[in-house]
Amino acid sequence: MLNVRQLYCERDNRQLFDALCFSLGAGEITQIKGPNGAGKTTLLRILTGLYTDFEGSIDWQVDHHPLYLGHKPGVKDQLSAAENLAWLCALQQQHFSPWQLSNALSEVGLGGYEDVVCGHLSEGQRKRVNLARFYLLKNAVWLLDEPFNSIDVDGVAKFEVLMAQHLKSGGAILYTSHQTISIDVSINSLNLTGSLNDAR
Amino acid sequence: MIFTVVKRELLAIFRNPAEVFNPLVFFVLVVSLFPLGISPSETVLQTIAPGVIWVAALLSTLLSMELLFRSDFDDGSLEQMAISPQPLLLLVTGKIFSHWLVSGLPLVMLSPVLSIMLALGVEGIQGMLISLALGTPTLSLLGSIGAGLTVGLKKAGMLIPILILPLYIPVLLLGTSLIQTAAAGGDYNAHILWLAALLALSAGLAPIATTASIRISLSH
Repeated sequence: MLNVRQLYCERDNRQLFDALCFSLGAGEITQIKGPNGAGKTTLLRILTGLYTDFEGSIDWQVDHHPLYLGHKPGVKDQLSAAENLAWLCALQQQHFSPWQLSNALSEVGLGGYEDVVCGHLSEGQRKRVNLARFYLLKNAVWLLDEPFNSIDVDGVAKFEVLMAQHLKSGGAILYTSHQTISIDVSINSLNLTGSLNDAR
Repeated sequence: MIFTVVKRELLAIFRNPAEVFNPLVFFVLVVSLFPLGISPSETVLQTIAPGVIWVAALLSTLLSMELLFRSDFDDGSLEQMAISPQPLLLLVTGKIFSHWLVSGLPLVMLSPVLSIMLALGVEGIQGMLISLALGTPTLSLLGSIGAGLTVGLKKAGMLIPILILPLYIPVLLLGTSLIQTAAAGGDYNAHILWLAALLALSAGLAPIATTASIRISLSH
């Protein structure tokens, strides 16, 4: 689904990765590993197309755009949970009925919060609003940057089940996490060393 | 999709209207202080009225400009928009349009009331309505370029005015001279056409520039 070849990127005169090659196939899950500052987030942002200062080639062999979950939840404080979810899905050109939206919100433990303005929700709950779209949208590739920050144990367990389902149905996941994820699929790992070489 | 964006924007703004009211209150305050501060004499007020209204409109637009993309950037909505399959150009255009709906349009509607205070005649008020209706969308469009460029910076502060003011000058000159001509009973068709031309030009080009500037701001 995704083929990355000879990726080179430097930031602030520090070489993040050089000649990085990897691929991600259907049903595969890969964890990007590395110490803080190794370039895990940068790599994900490169793959989404947000960060463009790199060399190398990235081949997407899928029609769908990847679903990206970043550090920020992408949820507007003034809008309710259901309105935010509908908007996030509309951005992916997919539309759902209020019933489907509230179902997805109950899946992430936000049942009854549909009409609550997100400014009144906690950090973790706002992130859950974003996670709810993974129950609805059919995008094949998920790029998750620290998906379990500020999510409680119960929420993590539920999302792991969803990840396993997604992989079984032919999806692919690339993620970073400092927590260990327990799903019964073998997780590949991609090590970024975070070399401190001076790029100049 | 553009309709969805406008709906979302307006909804978010109406739930938190304070942000929008501030620039409008600023506009009303500045314009209403001039008769008190300078002179209540009609001839003096008539002379300064076009300039006062336009300068106040311009500054209040600048004030509201910083908020255009700020909250979307802070909560991560902007990066979700940038990577979505929907064209960012369309989303940005929708945002600029809704910004004008809540900042420019009320300004146009308030201005007749204020111009009575500045002793503008009926002719002058007519000219002022036309000039603001054509000019304020241009201000929003041009300002969005600066807002997009500075949204990634922590303390943009005075940067947007410095970047954008030079682009605002032609609009200011045409707008005030339209009102002056109208108040003097002259023919101001040429002014209308020029203001409309500026609006068409900025409506075509500014969203493209703003989209590019947002992509730059996000790639850090």
